[in-house]
Parts: sequence; structure tokens; C-alpha cells
Amino acid sequence: MPQMNMVQAINDGLRLEMRRDSRVVLLGEDVGKVGGVFRVTQGLFDEFGDSRVVDTPLSEGGIVGCAIGMALYGLVPVPEIQFSDFIFPAYDQIVSELAKYRYRSGGEYSCKVVIRTPVGGGIRGGHYHSQSPESLFIHVAGLKVVCPSNAYDAKGLLLASIRDPDPVLFFEPKRIYRAAKGDVPDGDYTVEIGKAAVVREGKDVTVIAWGAMLYEAIAAADEAAANGVDCEVLDLRTLWPVDIDAIVESVKKTGRVVVVHEAPKTCGFGAELVALINEKAFLHLEAPPMRVTGFDTPFPYTLEMEYLPLAHRILPAVMQTAQF
Amino acid sequence: MNGITATAAKYSPSESLNDDVVKAMRSDGTLDPSNDPRISRELAVSLYEAMVRIRMLDERLVALQRQGRIGFHIGSYGEEAAILGSAAALRPNDWLFPCYREFGAALWRGMSLESYLNNMFGNANDPAKGRQMPDHYTCKAAKFTSISSPIGTQITQAVGFAWGAKSQKEDLVTLTYFGEGATSSNEFHNGMNFAAVFKTPTVMFCRNNGWAISVPSEKQTASATFAVKGVAYGMPSVRVDGNDIFAVIKVTRDAILRAAAGFGPTLIEALTYRMSGHSTSDDPKAYRPDDAVVEWGKRDPLMRFRKHLEMNGLWNEAKQVELDARVDAEIRDAITVAEKVAPPALETMFEDVYESVPWHLREQCAEMVAGPRAKGHGGH
Repeated sequence: MPQMNMVQAINDGLRLEMRRDSRVVLLGEDVGKVGGVFRVTQGLFDEFGDSRVVDTPLSEGGIVGCAIGMALYGLVPVPEIQFSDFIFPAYDQIVSELAKYRYRSGGEYSCKVVIRTPVGGGIRGGHYHSQSPESLFIHVAGLKVVCPSNAYDAKGLLLASIRDPDPVLFFEPKRIYRAAKGDVPDGDYTVEIGKAAVVREGKDVTVIAWGAMLYEAIAAADEAAANGVDCEVLDLRTLWPVDIDAIVESVKKTGRVVVVHEAPKTCGFGAELVALINEKAFLHLEAPPMRVTGFDTPFPYTLEMEYLPLAHRILPAVMQTAQF
Repeated sequence: MNGITATAAKYSPSESLNDDVVKAMRSDGTLDPSNDPRISRELAVSLYEAMVRIRMLDERLVALQRQGRIGFHIGSYGEEAAILGSAAALRPNDWLFPCYREFGAALWRGMSLESYLNNMFGNANDPAKGRQMPDHYTCKAAKFTSISSPIGTQITQAVGFAWGAKSQKEDLVTLTYFGEGATSSNEFHNGMNFAAVFKTPTVMFCRNNGWAISVPSEKQTASATFAVKGVAYGMPSVRVDGNDIFAVIKVTRDAILRAAAGFGPTLIEALTYRMSGHSTSDDPKAYRPDDAVVEWGKRDPLMRFRKHLEMNGLWNEAKQVELDARVDAEIRDAITVAEKVAPPALETMFEDVYESVPWHLREQCAEMVAGPRAKGHGGH
């Protein structure tokens, strides 16, 4: 089985689906000839031509608005927003249009669009190349939100997203674009949307993470194990609709939970996860659920490693929860 | 014309008499042969009847809102020629991306009066299933997309749709409606730019009706006209007397044929006037002088169309009396039926958010259905 990093796996998934389904089109800034600023679409312009891999003018609203129109026509657009920090000019199209089309038209229309966009910090990108805006989309009724943590899941979730009947925000953790390597099957397979993965089984504390922070959670779990605390690590993979059964099952087993995410703490997705855990597993809890997150500041440049919820911050929270 | 730097003049009916504005109907009701779209007599009469019908619907719906029987109406009083003329110019395969003031176009393209009124009452048969305000319907059968309230969003979507059709080599043009206020929106810029760059078969139909709620058209732009905005995008544009249905058909048809032939988009500025308030929620007395309404009333599209038909022997008072009675009865009967339809079932609130209902919505639906009912909504 070939080894691929996330960039290669997503590229492989796009190529596979574009060969399989002639309705699939890519559009975005620099996605064509140069293959994207992260090279995720490299080679696709040469194989599929400029009508299916389209370099657009520099306008996120225009990209998503046109993608909605293409989807209404019957194509399957997969627009790229170059950094999720730049997605906000398209926010009206995503929130008011893409997410609402099926509902507001009584099911007469729907928009099958997958918006791919790199997310997260740790690449010395400063405020405008590092943010994690996932909860701003999870909060919007009508969207699905996905964030893979490894090459296998990235390809499988991408194929599942493109074949999903609903609009999907596909967040690609750019910090591990090339670092997360693994076995990726050559051919067709999908990873089901809405299913989390238990990446490490344990009995003492549940650590919930996704994307690049999964590896920090695993590192913290390794260190906790050396201190006698046995962590179960959950990779959510799909953020919404979240795999509530997997979360509840794990929390019922451990009674203790730490949620990790890069986004700011207040109204971050961790807040929703903790609320759900309280609603559904309160009597199983042995300690207050904890959050280890980015701070409620804009994303900083020089001090980004202090901002991110890396293993050195996760470990104390795990130990505190375990010893509560 | 130094359109780029000129300051827009106050919008008045005399503007539609300017030389740069395409006109077909002369003041005596005859047609200028150079701009005559040469439509059949039957089509002319049915367009006139459709105009009368949507004006009467407007009047009736405003009355219903005043009586508290519907929540809202946003009408097209004064803009009927711009709306119906452009819709009539479409070919069967073409698509409409509406703003929210073009119910006349939807009805012309085949949406039933019953369906439209079901949306006005938000009842169980509403095509939008009671999820949107009145006048926010949908009609795929009429190749008419779903209406939203945010301004200008449909413009880019019309471009994407046409772009898709072009990529599949399908002979199809999209026409998108928007008001002159929308030319200030992000999506007007995005749509104009993408359409021109990718030469999509799209018609940008701007109804310049003089007002964006209370803001007059001269405060939307410092350009001399709205049509001139096409220049910077590399898109041809045309101004047309929007109260002259023949001229509207002519310029829209030309734009459609141009798009279909692969020459790309056209911006049409139709000069018309919003004779009513923005909607039933608006009282224009607070900001609009009555004399403007009087002046524009002299250029009323129905009156001018009727004059043309009468002088060609296609219309007379007896026909008008018969039509008024027939349409009035049709509207009243349809309202009676729609008003009696029950509200949508509770569970429908949770459907169509996604194709299938996910766990959290199943939970919330069960909680709501089992819980207490709100007062004053009836039917459950």
C-alpha cells in the first residue's frame, strides 16, 4: 500500500473522484496551473483542463456564490478557500445561501458543495493564516463540518464528503499537511461522515481532539501513561454532526474528559461538547469536564506555540482531571 | 458621455426619455419599428392580462396584510412591464434567479396562483413549507430558484449556474433580477466580474426603481447611471425604459441571444419606479414626495400598454371589465382556498435541514413535539 502525506492523499482523492464523476469541478485562487499554494490540486489542471480546474478571480464570495450556482445546475463543485482565515467574504453565501437552500426551498433544491480549506496554526502564519473558525460553521444549521487528522481519513472523508448530499466544510489541518504520513489505498474507499475514531484505548480519562491537535493529545496521553494515567483518545474526524455515541460511550467508561482545540475557548466547539457530555453522561462524570484550547485573543505570531493547546498544556489538564 | 466621473442626477421620469435609453412605445401608442420586438398579438394580449393580474394581486395582498390575514407582502406596483417583459423574453430552457419582487415572472413562467398564495399564508402546501416569509417562494418547475432576503446573493449564483451550463455545452441562459440598491452589494461586484471574466451566458437585469427602501437611487452610486458600471467590468450594458414592455422584451431578448451565441453577459438597467412602499412594512410618506409618484404615474406601464393595444384594436373597455371581473374572482377564490389550508405539521420544522434528519434534530424534534404548544398559532 502506498505511503502518502495528507496533501498527496487529498490530491489522490480529488483525482479519483474527478475521473469517476465528470460533474466534479474544482475552483479557487491558484488551484489551476500552480496546483494551489499548498499544491493540493497539483497536476489536476493538466489532467482535467481549465474547465474543471478553474483559477478564479480573487474573491471568496464569488467562488462560493458561483459554486452554489454550479451545484444548482447539477455539477459537483469543490471550491478551495486558500486559507480558512479568508473564508469570511464568503460567509454570507455559506450561511445565508449554501446552508439554507434545501430548507428554505422546502427540499426543492439542494447544494452539493464541498468547501476545502486549510485550517489551524503552528506554521508561523500569524493571525491571518492560522485561525480555526470551525465553530462559526458548526453553529450554522445545514452544514456538515469535517476535519481529518491523517492521510487515510483525509482521502476517505473527502470522497464521502463529495458524495454526500449536503454541503460540507472540509477543514484541512495545514500544520500536518506533510507531516501526517501513512498507508493510503490506491483505489476507492470512504470514511463515513459522523463517525469518530478511538485512536488510543484507555480507562482513566477521555481526551477529545481532532486535526493537528490529535497528535498533541496522543503525546500528552503517552506522558500521562508514564505517570500512571491511562487515556482514551478520540479523534472526532467529523465535527458536525458529531459522533455523540462514541463520546458518551467513552465518557461513561472513564468518567473524566478533556477537550482540546486550537480555536479560542469561549463558544469554541469544546463548549458544545462539554454541554452535550453534561446532558447525556452527567451521572457518569467523576470530575468536571475540562477544556484546553486557544486563548480568547487574536491568533498571535511570535508566541503561537504558547497559544496553541500543545501537549505541555494538555498533560496538566489530564492529570488534574484524573486526580480530581 | 463622461459617465465614470459624473455625479448621478436626481432620478425622474424624464430620464427614461433620454437618448441613451431604449424605447419602443411612442407617446401616441405606436411602436418605433427599430425597437419593436415584433411579438404576436396573442402574446401581447396575454402579457397585458398578466400585468393586470399581478397588479390586482398586489392590491389584494396589501389589503389582506392590512386585515392581518397575511404577515407581509412585497409587490411590483409600477414595475410590471420590467418584470413581465424580461420574463417573456426568456426561452423555455432559460433560468431565473430572482430578487424578491418578481412574483409576476414566476407566475408567467408557470408557477400556479395556488402555490404562490400558499406561500403567502405559509400553510402546509406552501412550496417553502412555511419556513420563509411571504413572497419567499420557490418554483423549480418554472425554472425559478428559491428566494432569499440578503441582497445580491443570487447574482453570483446565476453566474455559477450559467457557467455550469456552458461547461456542459447546454444552450441555456440565466437571468438574474436585482434592484439598483443591490449594485452596491459585494455579490453584484463578484457576479459582474466572474460573469465577464468567464463569459457566462447571463443577463444581469437591474430594476432601477428609484428606491432601496428609503434611500434614493442617486445615493447608491456616484456614477451617472447604473448601466455605466458594466464598462469597468468589460461587459456591455444598456438602459431601457422599464415601463415600456416592448422595449424591455427587445433588449432582454437581444441580451439572451447574445449570451446564447457565446458572447457573454449583458447588464440591463431598466428605468422604472416603485409606486408603492418597499413592502407592507414600509410607509414611503416619511421620505418620498408625492409629486414624484404623480409624475411616474403618468408613465404607468399598464396604461401605456393598454393604449397601444387599444389603438391596434386588441383591447377595449368591455374586455377590461370582463378581465377585471374574471381575475378578481380567480384571486378571491384562490385566497379562500389557501387561507383554509392548515399550517405545516410540527415535524416539518426539522426536515430538509439536511437530506436526512441527524441525531440532534431527531432529539430536538421529539422534545418539541412532546412539549407544550405556543399560543396563538392554531391548528395543533
